[in-house]
Amino acid sequence: MVIKTEALTKKFGKITAVNELNLQVEEGEIFGLLGPNGAGKTTLISMLCTILKPTSGRAWVNGFDIVKEPGKVRKSIGIVFQQASVDDLLTGRENLALHNLLFEVPKAVRKQRIDEVLSIVNLEKRADDFVNTYSGGMRRRLELARGIMHHPKILFLDEPTLGLDPQTREHIWEYIKELAEKECMTVMLTTHYMEEAEQLCDRVAIIDYGRIVVLDSPDALRNSVAGDVVKIKQKIPDIEKIRRLGYVMKAEEKDGLLYISIKDASLHLQDLLSNTGPIDFVEVRRGSLSDVFLHYTGREIREGEAEGGFWERMMKR
Amino acid sequence: MSQLEGIYAVWLREAKIYIREKERLISAMISPLLWIFGFGAGVGTTVESVSGFPYQMFIYPGIMVMTVLFASLFYGVYIIWDRKLDFLKEVLVAPVSRASVFAGKMLGGATDSMVQVIYLMIIGFFLNVPFTPLIIIEAFLMLLLISIAMVSIGLVIGSNLKSPEGFSLVINFVMWPMFFFSGALFPVSNLSPWLAAVTKINPMTYGVDAMRGIILGINHYSLLLDTAVLMVFTAMMMGIGILSFRRM
Repeated sequence: MVIKTEALTKKFGKITAVNELNLQVEEGEIFGLLGPNGAGKTTLISMLCTILKPTSGRAWVNGFDIVKEPGKVRKSIGIVFQQASVDDLLTGRENLALHNLLFEVPKAVRKQRIDEVLSIVNLEKRADDFVNTYSGGMRRRLELARGIMHHPKILFLDEPTLGLDPQTREHIWEYIKELAEKECMTVMLTTHYMEEAEQLCDRVAIIDYGRIVVLDSPDALRNSVAGDVVKIKQKIPDIEKIRRLGYVMKAEEKDGLLYISIKDASLHLQDLLSNTGPIDFVEVRRGSLSDVFLHYTGREIREGEAEGGFWERMMKR
Repeated sequence: MSQLEGIYAVWLREAKIYIREKERLISAMISPLLWIFGFGAGVGTTVESVSGFPYQMFIYPGIMVMTVLFASLFYGVYIIWDRKLDFLKEVLVAPVSRASVFAGKMLGGATDSMVQVIYLMIIGFFLNVPFTPLIIIEAFLMLLLISIAMVSIGLVIGSNLKSPEGFSLVINFVMWPMFFFSGALFPVSNLSPWLAAVTKINPMTYGVDAMRGIILGINHYSLLLDTAVLMVFTAMMMGIGILSFRRM
């Protein structure tokens, strides 16, 4: 167990950002915290990184107590923050060199480490340019490079691809996966992108109002709840009859359309359609984490929600 | 050893940023010029001489202190920007003690101020200020001490506030009284009782007095007393500064 929390709680006045949260993360995992803005993801990570002190409860990172041994925790972790924290007026290489000094990288390997991480994130050619000439994706890559340079046991990533274009996002995912494998690192990341959680994470915890709503692998989550959704348009639908079918998990009418959740559409579609009678229109959608999220929280996550978030910002303090 | 490297890292970042932000250097050069050549020369036409020195020369040590005072105090605002832009987080999660982070920032601010001091000394040569190598060294060390105290105050205020606007407001209430009631522009002898009392509790009075003693040879208090007061004050401010950084 590299990360463990016991009833970890953080309150800001009357607001409970993280509510008696219990969590265990295994070594070598890529663990995702998925949740809407203000769910408490950043607050949780901030506590684990010893930036924030918990109101109550306990937590251990790499076996060290986050309140009693913050120094040892800090030596075990690397962090990429939600907002850019590289210095604009320094070059990429200078940013990394400062990090080397701050994180006590042994003098003998400093130069080599810098070159090493620069090549991992493909920034060798731009290393000696000022960061204010970098694109958003390049900055993110530089931060990733910085986060792993002191060979941390655990890497925390707070919304690693927020505001990046889809192509850059996929590149960053590749880097993260590669790193986790190569360095045998545990990665804990927060995201509100379903796709990111699906593609990247071994396990995902959906977190809402400071609590873990559900926790499992993306596949298991999808199968447990959503399955696939069959959308049907019909003059007079017989919902009751459909609901009685063994493989149908849920059937609802919305805006003149019938939404039927079934475990596996490829197996049951024919049987389903024979039971509904004549239809005007049918569409099958494979289940996704979005459905899981909707199921457990009763809400949808909107793109870009985390960006202007008032509470998220407040809670980071 | 590692703490020293941490201090060095924080200082190095500050120094590099300072050199690269040319606006900071240029704007900092203008106000002392205005005081010496605008205010000093202007008032100098009506005030014949003070303590045997032309007025412009009389206020020169005070302007040096003022420059250090303003530059050092205002340096605290950068900590607010750093926090707003998340630059500081990287440093705050590093395995470096907060005392070291404070020390690095403090030395960074002092470096800013001392660059301006060197610049002012060059102007001093053209004004025929009686500099000798010993005077230059003494003046430099004294101003460094003042600078460290003032940067500490700036960092204390900066680390406790969240907005740059709030910082400007608060710092004005600290900066101007410290400057006006320090005797930088007038001798502290023969003051009305209330003004004399205010200057006595103002630590800057001792800084100005020390500088005037070092450069012009006119002291109101002894240099030993001046240095002692400033050292105690500086130690206090550094202590409060480190405490403020721990809570950050």
